Amino acid sequence: MVEKNCMKLEFLSKSSNESFARVVVAAFASQLDPTIEELSDIKTAVSEGVTNAIIHGYEYGEGIVIVETTIENNIIEITIEDHGKGIADINKAMEPFYTSKPDLERSGMGFTVMETFMDDLTVESHVNKGTKIKMTKMFKSLSNRE
Amino acid sequence: MQLSTDIVNDYLVVELKGELDHHTSEDARKKIEQYYYNNNLLNIILDLSQLKFMDSSGIGLVMGRYKNCKERNGNLLIVSTSPYVNKILKMSGLMKIIKVYSTIDEAIKG
Ligand SMILES: Nc1ncnc2c1ncn2[C@@H]1O[C@H](COP(=O)(O)OP(=O)(O)OP(=O)(O)O)[C@@H](O)[C@H]1O
Ligand SMILES: [Mg+2]
Repeated sequence: MVEKNCMKLEFLSKSSNESFARVVVAAFASQLDPTIEELSDIKTAVSEGVTNAIIHGYEYGEGIVIVETTIENNIIEITIEDHGKGIADINKAMEPFYTSKPDLERSGMGFTVMETFMDDLTVESHVNKGTKIKMTKMFKSLSNRE
Repeated sequence: MQLSTDIVNDYLVVELKGELDHHTSEDARKKIEQYYYNNNLLNIILDLSQLKFMDSSGIGLVMGRYKNCKERNGNLLIVSTSPYVNKILKMSGLMKIIKVYSTIDEAIKG
């Protein structure tokens, strides 16, 4: 059993911080001794959430992105929060291939990737206030070992 | 991320190494389009087999180059051996419209 542990990371919404954020979360998650596949799933999901905060949330100007991670037993919970423009229609935003930025070569698959690579995804958002997503994943590698 | 290019027949061969995300994909797009249009090429082979990381920005990059090639009646081919990259390509439906090979030679031979 892994004792409960948590961390909080705050950084400026610069694209160079995308790799920083996913590497930090992955390093923290390593305490649970996940498989390489589980770790890359987490890195990808974090990259999607953080990129969204940067290019959509703070579309009109830089701001702070907050990433919190909690691990307990074999479960990891990650929240990614911005205080940016918010999402007016969450259901539409989560549809596969929906993007508000096709000109920037976005594919509209970010939420689908997060949903597929994590076990659970919830999105909370208010226009002009910001967006907070919460993702959880159970490390199967660990439950097998117990 | 490192990007290297080569021209074989009317194929632009692009090898991507490192991490492909939003931060690196815009630069990759500019470089690939520059080589493709400046050399008036028809087809592109994107070699993703040496990528250590790829997120949905990679899907956008592949889709964009697919459109470039289709506009010229050319073809986009992918080289990928990583199960992880293939998982993302499959999820996006790209594997249904784009052929994936395991080496550049195989892709050129068709
Ligand atoms: N943090 C956010 N703030 C504001 N809008 C957001 C945020 N996250 C997502 N969205 C909206 O939801 C849409 C869908 O997001 P999703 O990540 O699925 O696709 P994308 O970012 O457009 O493209 P991709 O992630 O494939 O590059 C975005 O186009 C954007 O309009
Ligand atoms: Mg996205």
